[in-house]
This record gives sequence, C-alpha cells and structure tokens, in this order.
Amino acid sequence: MSKTLQVDIVSAEGEIYSGPAEMVFVPAREGELGIAPRHAPLLTLLKAGEVRVKTADGEQSIYVGGGALEIQPNRVTIMADTAIRAKDLDEAAALAAKQRAEELLAGKIDKLEQAEALAELARSIAQLKLLEKLRKIRG
Amino acid sequence: MPGTKEIRTKIASVKSTQKITKAMQMVATSKMRRAQDRMKLARPYADKIRSVIGNLSLANPDYRHPFMASREVRNVGVIVISTDRGLAGGLNANLFKQALLLFKEWQGQNVPVHLCLIGSKGTAFFRRLGLPILASVSGMGDKPHVADLIGTVKVMLDAYREGRIDRLYLVHAQFVNTMTQKPNVEQLLPVVAQPAAQLPDHWDYLYEPSAADILDGLLMRYVESQVYRGAVENVASEMAARMVAMKAATDNAGKLIGDLQLVYNKARQAAITKELAEIVGGAAAV
Repeated sequence: MSKTLQVDIVSAEGEIYSGPAEMVFVPAREGELGIAPRHAPLLTLLKAGEVRVKTADGEQSIYVGGGALEIQPNRVTIMADTAIRAKDLDEAAALAAKQRAEELLAGKIDKLEQAEALAELARSIAQLKLLEKLRKIRG
Repeated sequence: MPGTKEIRTKIASVKSTQKITKAMQMVATSKMRRAQDRMKLARPYADKIRSVIGNLSLANPDYRHPFMASREVRNVGVIVISTDRGLAGGLNANLFKQALLLFKEWQGQNVPVHLCLIGSKGTAFFRRLGLPILASVSGMGDKPHVADLIGTVKVMLDAYREGRIDRLYLVHAQFVNTMTQKPNVEQLLPVVAQPAAQLPDHWDYLYEPSAADILDGLLMRYVESQVYRGAVENVASEMAARMVAMKAATDNAGKLIGDLQLVYNKARQAAITKELAEIVGGAAAV
C-alpha cells in the first residue's frame, strides 16, 4: 500500500499546491485534523488557518481562509476560499450590492455617464464634419 | 482646391488616432492572454467542487438541498455579466440581445424577471427597462476577484432561499476563441448535478458536522465559482473583442491615411502646375 497521499489545494482563482505528502494537518471547523494515508472518506468545512503538509523533505505550511475538505483514501482535496469570510462580512457585502442596485433604480444619472454621452456627441459631430470635408474634396 | 495644409493636418490627426488604436490593440492582446490564463486556473476548483457535489448527491439520494430541488417557477433571477468599458465591438450588444430574449421568454409565461447586474455597461443598459434590480456591482477591472462577487451572489442566493426567485440564470460572454465570443445563458439554480465517477456500492463519506451543512457550504461556493468563472471569461471575451475591433480601426485609419495622402499629392501637384503655368504665362507676356 502506498505510504503517501496526494494533496491538492485549489482555490477559485488558481491552484495553490499539488503534490504527495506523508501527512496533512488541517484546521477543520470542529478542530484540527491530522490526515494520514488511507484515511476514511470524509467531508468537512474548514475555518481560516494553517494547513501543514508533511512531505519526505520536511513540512510546508499554507494559509487558507477557510473552505471545504474532501478526503478519499489516498487523496486529499482542499477547496480553499480566497476571501476571508464570516457571516457578518458576507452580509455587509450583500447589503452593499443591494444598495448599489437601489441607487440605480432611484435613477441617479451619474456625472460620468453624462460626460460619456457628451463625449460621444462631440465625437459624432467631428466625424460628420470630416465626412463632409472628404465629400467636398472628392466631389 | 482645398489647401494642402489642411489635408496635412488631417493626415497627422488620423495618424495619431491610429497610434492610439494600435496601442489599445496591443494592450488588449496581452490582457487577453492573462485573462485566458486566469480562466484556466479557475477550472480545477469548479471541477473538484462539482465532482464532490455529484458524489454527495449520489451518496445521499434521499436528501435534497433546496439548491438542487427544482420547483414551480414563479419568479426568475438573472445575473448578467457585462464589461465595464466600451470599444469592444458588438460584444455587449450581442449579449444584451440574448438576455432580452431570455427575459421575453419568461415574461411571455407571466413570470417576472429579477436582475443582478455585474459590469457598468449592463447597468446602464438594463436600468432603462424598469425591471427590479436586486443587486449590482461594477468597476471590478481586468482582474475580478471572488471577494468582489460574494455579496452580489449572496443577494441572489438569499432570494432563492427565501422563495423570491425560483430559478437563477447566468448570462455572460463565452470565450470560444480570439475571433469568436458568443453570449451564453446557463442555469445556476437549481444546480444540475452530474455524478462524476462510478462509485463503489454502499460508499459514503463521514460528515463533520452534517451532510446538510457541508452541502450548503459547497453549493454556495459552487455558484460563486461559476459566477467568478463567468466574470473572468467575460474579461477574456472583452479583450478579444476589443483586440479585433481595434485592429479593424487601425486598418481603417491606414486606409483613410492612404486616401488622404492621394488627395494631398494631387492638390500639391495641381498647385505646382498652376504656379508653373503662371510663371510661363507671365514670361510670355513680357
């Protein structure tokens, strides 16, 4: 039987770590978990903390902001969060998104948009002028 | 005959425009490559989560998370991802057309559509429709982060959980290749689960704390990762579309310069001929 397990740490924005290990320690929500090869299949959520990967040449530590963990007998997959999340933080972000939507509905034309429209108008006028000039030259 | 000086100024101005479009083309090219890399990086995460969700639903066939159970559709939510900036050819216009088709289809069945807008072009466009907008975010730049999207997606997930919407769609530009980007509509909720691999019989995970909690966390992250992937893909499409549009603009400017140059040469020649004729005429008179 193999003495190592394959560890993959991935996040939505990229792969963080991939390689064989002798043992992995993870900050599970219910307490720290040490995983050796041939661990029973397990699913759990992680909290923010340090993941330690013990390999033949030493130990590596990787910080994760939370996430989920899947264990298959010879394979450990950590789906790490890139963002630190907590209920309140998520709530605040959601509120901000809602507020932006409400402002939109309130129909405030922001200055940027107005400036954009004016610039567009100026461009069109300039183009028309150029066309007229060209027509004169050719005609 | 128009003065040669005016034509010269015009040529110079078209040339400087050409320089700008050329620069934008090159910038878009390099940004597109980076966005493509980010698209590739996002794939393993989504694949892993999808396979775990597949395993999970196979292992507990009797438990149905609300995110996975389909119900009668009374309200629809649509997340539309658009670009923040213009000058990207028909990318946004095509996308909006596709989104409007989707809206019409549901509205035809008397199902109200609720929007979630990502990107300022879409915000400016869909605001005029007068449909309810639940959440919006814009100005994420060329490198969207999951953190920017969490809040927006959460609003839609909460709406789904509370029964204010019964189905959630994602509309974004799909990056096929550099020349082709097509609008893409996909269903986010309820999640369509596909069991990944064949599993041995009577096989299940141990759960800590419980299967329901874990599934909830996973599904939320799955939807977020899908929206993130959509956003990154949209950036790649934007850059590709802009690259092509700017290439066309540069070529057009080149053609315009050629034409103007021809007119300029003719005008110059005519002026010289006229001057010569005048001198000759003057000499003959003397």
